[in-house]
Amino acid sequence: MMASSYSTKEEDGHQSGAPGPGGGVNAKSRKPDNTAFKQQRLPAWQPILTAGTVLPAFFIIGLLFIPIGIGLYVTSNNIKEYEIDYTGVDMSSPCFNCSQNYSWNSTKPCRCSVSFSLDQPFESNVFMYYGLSNYYQNHRRYVKSRDDSQLNGNLNALKDPSKECEPYRMNDGLPIAPCGAIANSLFNDTLELYYNDPNGTKTLIKLVKTGIAWWTDKHVKFRNPVGDGSNLSAVFQGTTKPVNWQKYVYQLDSDPDNNGFINEDLIVWMRTAALPTFRKLYRIIEKQGDATPTLPRGNYTLLVTYNYPVRSFEGRKRMILSTISWMGGKNPFLGIAYITVGSVCFFLGVVLLIIHHKYGSRSNNADISS
Amino acid sequence: MDFSALRNLISRYCTGEENWVDSRTVYIGHREPPPGTEAYIPQRFPDNRIVSSKYTFWNFVPKNLFEQFRRVANFYFLIIFLVQLIIDTPTSPVTSGLPLFFVITVTAIKQGYEDWLRHKADNAVNQCPVHIIQHGKVVRKQSRKLRVGDVVLVKEDETFPSDLILLSTSRDDGTCFVTTASLDGESSHKTYYAVQDTKSFNTEKEVDMLRATIECEQPQPDLYKFVGRINIYQDRDEPIARPLGSENLLLRGATLKNTEFVYAVAIYTGMESKMALNYQSKSQKRSAVEKSMNAFLVVYLCILISKALINTTLKYVWQSNPNRDEPWYNGKTDHERQRHVMIRAFTDFLAFMVLFNYIIPVSMYVTVEMQKFLGSYFITWDDEMFDEELGEGALVNTSDLNEELGQVEYVFTDKTGTLTENNMEFIECCVDGHVYVPHAICNGQILSGSSGIDMIDSSPGPDGKEREELFFRALCLCHTVQVKEEETVDGIKRGIHQGKATSFYISSSPDEVALVEGMKRLGFTYLRLKDNHMEILNREDEVERFELLEVLNFDSVRRRMSVIVRSSSGHLYLFCKGADSSIFPRVISGKVDRVRARVEHNAVEGLRTLCVAYKALSQEEYHNMCQLLDSAKLALQDRDRKLAEAYDLIERDLVLLGATAVEDRLQEKAADTIESLHKAGMKVWVLTGDKMETAAATCYASKLFRRSTQILELTTKRTEEQSLHDVLFELGRTVLRQHDSLTHDTFSGLSSEFQDYGLIIDGATLSAVMKPAQDDSSGNYREIFLEICRNCSAVLCCRMAPLQKAQIVKLIKASKEHPITLAVGDGANDVSMILEAHVGIGIMGKEGRQAARNSDYAIPKFKHLKKMLLVHGHYYYIRIAELVQYFFYKNVCFIFPQFLYQFFCGFSQQPLYDTAYLTLYNISFTSLPILLYSLIEQHISMDILKRDPSLYRDIAKNCLLRWRIFIYWTFLGLFDSMVFFFGAYFLFDNTTFTSNGQIFGNWTFGTLVFTVLVFTVTLKLALDTHYWTWINHFVVWGSLLFYVVFSLLWGGVIWPFLNYQRMYYVFVQMLSSGPAWLGIGLLVIISLLPDVLKKVLCRALWPTSTERIQTKRKCLTVEQSTIFMLSQTSSSLSF
Repeated sequence: MMASSYSTKEEDGHQSGAPGPGGGVNAKSRKPDNTAFKQQRLPAWQPILTAGTVLPAFFIIGLLFIPIGIGLYVTSNNIKEYEIDYTGVDMSSPCFNCSQNYSWNSTKPCRCSVSFSLDQPFESNVFMYYGLSNYYQNHRRYVKSRDDSQLNGNLNALKDPSKECEPYRMNDGLPIAPCGAIANSLFNDTLELYYNDPNGTKTLIKLVKTGIAWWTDKHVKFRNPVGDGSNLSAVFQGTTKPVNWQKYVYQLDSDPDNNGFINEDLIVWMRTAALPTFRKLYRIIEKQGDATPTLPRGNYTLLVTYNYPVRSFEGRKRMILSTISWMGGKNPFLGIAYITVGSVCFFLGVVLLIIHHKYGSRSNNADISS
Repeated sequence: MDFSALRNLISRYCTGEENWVDSRTVYIGHREPPPGTEAYIPQRFPDNRIVSSKYTFWNFVPKNLFEQFRRVANFYFLIIFLVQLIIDTPTSPVTSGLPLFFVITVTAIKQGYEDWLRHKADNAVNQCPVHIIQHGKVVRKQSRKLRVGDVVLVKEDETFPSDLILLSTSRDDGTCFVTTASLDGESSHKTYYAVQDTKSFNTEKEVDMLRATIECEQPQPDLYKFVGRINIYQDRDEPIARPLGSENLLLRGATLKNTEFVYAVAIYTGMESKMALNYQSKSQKRSAVEKSMNAFLVVYLCILISKALINTTLKYVWQSNPNRDEPWYNGKTDHERQRHVMIRAFTDFLAFMVLFNYIIPVSMYVTVEMQKFLGSYFITWDDEMFDEELGEGALVNTSDLNEELGQVEYVFTDKTGTLTENNMEFIECCVDGHVYVPHAICNGQILSGSSGIDMIDSSPGPDGKEREELFFRALCLCHTVQVKEEETVDGIKRGIHQGKATSFYISSSPDEVALVEGMKRLGFTYLRLKDNHMEILNREDEVERFELLEVLNFDSVRRRMSVIVRSSSGHLYLFCKGADSSIFPRVISGKVDRVRARVEHNAVEGLRTLCVAYKALSQEEYHNMCQLLDSAKLALQDRDRKLAEAYDLIERDLVLLGATAVEDRLQEKAADTIESLHKAGMKVWVLTGDKMETAAATCYASKLFRRSTQILELTTKRTEEQSLHDVLFELGRTVLRQHDSLTHDTFSGLSSEFQDYGLIIDGATLSAVMKPAQDDSSGNYREIFLEICRNCSAVLCCRMAPLQKAQIVKLIKASKEHPITLAVGDGANDVSMILEAHVGIGIMGKEGRQAARNSDYAIPKFKHLKKMLLVHGHYYYIRIAELVQYFFYKNVCFIFPQFLYQFFCGFSQQPLYDTAYLTLYNISFTSLPILLYSLIEQHISMDILKRDPSLYRDIAKNCLLRWRIFIYWTFLGLFDSMVFFFGAYFLFDNTTFTSNGQIFGNWTFGTLVFTVLVFTVTLKLALDTHYWTWINHFVVWGSLLFYVVFSLLWGGVIWPFLNYQRMYYVFVQMLSSGPAWLGIGLLVIISLLPDVLKKVLCRALWPTSTERIQTKRKCLTVEQSTIFMLSQTSSSLSF
């Protein structure tokens, strides 16, 4: 990448200052050590950035980045993604009613169903996300409003949650489990997906609800407190549910490996998003066999149990179906960026080549002649 | 103290005593004087404890903390820390507390250790035993218990425990020899004299009998000045008063030599001793870089405050919608809700300040200090600046000015001992126009040069013979040279004539030694001073004895010295020797013209000349002189002035004998050094006390003036002819015309050859020019003079007094460009100039160590200045410039993404990075590479820097720290941080980039930005590094590796002491995704691209001479290294 000249300087410390014979024993002892380091003469590689030397680097970056970029772009384009907004802002949208008459205390869940059709079949595993917009999960007050020791199964923290959880720390004199604003605002819409067969029957598509959280979160960071019995409800005795929840934390799922603090929906939600528009993994639709695509072309119905209010802060709720490649979901940015940088480097390489030929040789000649 | 002042006041009015400003009375042995003389008022004096330590065990912590927090930077960080403790801030107090604690602790430990050393040294001094005479017996006491008035017994090779007045010595003549090597570095033995009336006391008993008081001035720091009086009470008579001068005062710290023992009385003890008073620290010099740094800091402080203000304002604008301020999912506590909006806004402002405070890093101060401290070792280690003869290398007294060495524009140098060896060699003498050359140096050149003039063999007649011998005797007698005799094993002392190896002459003035040695070669050998008799071995090997009656010491105002001697035949002579200008006006007869001609001839040759004159005295004349001198010596007040007047009266009506010429050879490579400094764009001024002709000759010899140089003279000779006004204006016109044509020439490209000017000015004219403005015109002189000087490449100032040297430096310092000045000198007379200049350099010369001690850097020889400035100075400057710029750059890169993130997190002060990253970024991830860079970077090799001094011009005028470059770095930082932030933003934009569909959170976002940041910032430094030793490779790649390992570890464990586990496996999860790797690589390259491009384009299109040299060197070596380059290219590819 850089031109270089490897010069090992010889120790020529004695060349100046004709050493007189007078230097006695006393003088020798005070004489500085003649080591390469102390004399600042360590052997060194001395690279210099010049047009000539960075030229190859620019061309190489150009030649390397453009194909990578194209590859990334194509990969990203091959990913199939379908996104549908079910917030119900418009009068016409099916969830409009649900979004209007919402209250936390309503016992009767509001349901609405949204129909859509996929033009192309989704071949491999399909990942189902819910997306929220204008939702500040990265607000400082929100981010810190959690107690990681409690979620890690610490019994003391279970009974006496961290101060950071205020104002979602205690309710009616009982500690909240899990405490804090993040847990309190757990996304609680239920999404179900039906395939509308051309023959008229609706088939419920099996949604897998495990494997959506980081393995380390599920197995190490989040742990249910260990009590006397295996019964979770006994362990959580003496705590209460978060204010906005309809059920207790030990009632989140019937599967004991996905219940309590290690419920994956909870874990996913607890990983606060970086930006106010975000999506979170909800379910996975696994590919059944080689013969049929995971989601064939056709019409589908999304059945929403509408619990989660977002209209008050002008938020939006979306459902996203996406296939995944090695580079994740659909994001043309990386591909485009690579292509752009590659082309710019290539172009600069050409410019530098011209400069190098016009100026480089001239200045060198001038130097040598002077 | 009040009592003594009162007493003085009373005595002054009642008895009409001389006007003492302030004085003290010391009762020797604490014995009251006989009644009726004066009331015995015991005065309180401090004990003899030396306290150089700053702290005690008890006050160390509070006092040290107070001292440290008085520094603005530390105080700023303390405030930030306290704010973090008090209010609810985004980052934990640890993030700023830990670095601050670290800095404070390290500094405290360092200062504590230094103070402990001082305590130890103090204790060693304070507890060392002293022998005090009490009631006729010798008592051993600890030094700190010594009190004023105690009579002390000091034995040979012991150090004086306080300032003492010598009472008597083991020698019969009441003298003792002392070396003041530890005080001023002069290792020669100086003679001190006991008081006449007490010098006979030889036992404790006798000393104990003494009843006397000493009146002397209150302590003052001047080592060479002392005025006092001793009143000796004998029986019931009136006390005998004797004068006391500095020749009676033994200074604390000096060592007794060649004398068995002395009795002396303590007058100044402990912190009042002259040595302690001289401890006072020098004023702190600050470098130009430091000033720029502070200016940049102010800018960054403004940026910081405006950032916090912008964000606070935007926060409240944004929050005006209650659903944004407090959406249902993110409730506030009641306490928060109830707080007044103004208080909330203020805490928000403080919280933003805390969030962004890292933009002014604590670590920069630490790194800069470490860089300076450690970097200065390279100067002391430098083998090429080691002098074999002296056995010493360069010394660094302050490391604060390392980089200033690279910025010097004016060099003020002393001549004698700095440009020249100060190793005098007797060349010739001239008696009545006959030239004598010692055989030893009779080489062909000198013979031919003085052919036609009588040689020593051709005797000039009987009359001349007498004069000749008188001349030689005069030179043998008129000096203060001592003979140092070395004892052989069996204790037999050998004389001078028995061999040179065992005895030699010592004097504070090398000229005198040269003269006495020259006389020895001409047949007259000075043997010794014994019992006030000087012994001379004449040509016939007979010993002649002269009684030494008076010595009228040399001083720089009179520029001459005299002795009065009585020959064995009873004749009285006054011999006087001195500069021609001070002898000729006092001469009434002798062959003045012929001698003057010879003196001028020699001066042009660059030799130092002295004239010798004598006067035969009658007994009566001598008697008058004695009276004159005694009365002057007895005076307590204005003694110096009175003495000078007496000398003036005595040294007149002389008969001129002849003149001597002594050569002071130029120091090795002095000319080469001056030439290099000129080429490096520095203006060299020679400031000397010598006379014009000699100095000018030296200047020609040292290539300060070249043959082509047009000399402008501004001397008394010229100003006598014309008025100063006219001369100045005429010179000004000459120079300015040149200047104008020069500016025209630069356009036409013909600037290469232009007349350069040299100016010669003497002290008298200078003081006329500098005289404060009485009327309007003289204010102008200064300006015109400056204008002339600015256009002269070399200036010679001769006949300068020490203070004038400092004045000149000050004048240039204060001129409107505020150039950086450097003063170099070797003698005590250069100290004022060394202290005044931005950088003071002392030469470890023969005239003592005063200059070296007061300087910022000390070097053995003048030639070392070249390497000091051109290599070390250059390196230190580019190193620290990069250090400062880089530090600001990397912190912009660090903090600006946090600022941008506020726009995406509702201005909630959410930090982008984890606490550990915030804390460790400046402490460990990015600290070592820049520290190492700032220690060992070499953009051009040392040999080229030395060979091509003009490269020094490339860094002149603080050019690497100009605002333009500072702004470039800041914008580069802003660009890079935008790339980091928005790159990560688009990568995260509403999608996933893992292959298992899982989603990353905000901490992964921050970690991604941080990783790109650490890599970019480190690689940016790598791109700037021109000198890759294995240490660089180790540190640069090592610190990147450390970052990765640390992140793995930090995220790999559930840390029980943390109340959050937000980083758990974040780093590993990020690295498990392919696009993260691709993104990091891409963003790093994008960030580095503009800087590389700028560098390459600037180098190709507008190269500086530094860059040209670099490229050229590369071209020359490129052939053999092509293969290597290819391999490097491929290896960088794989990387």
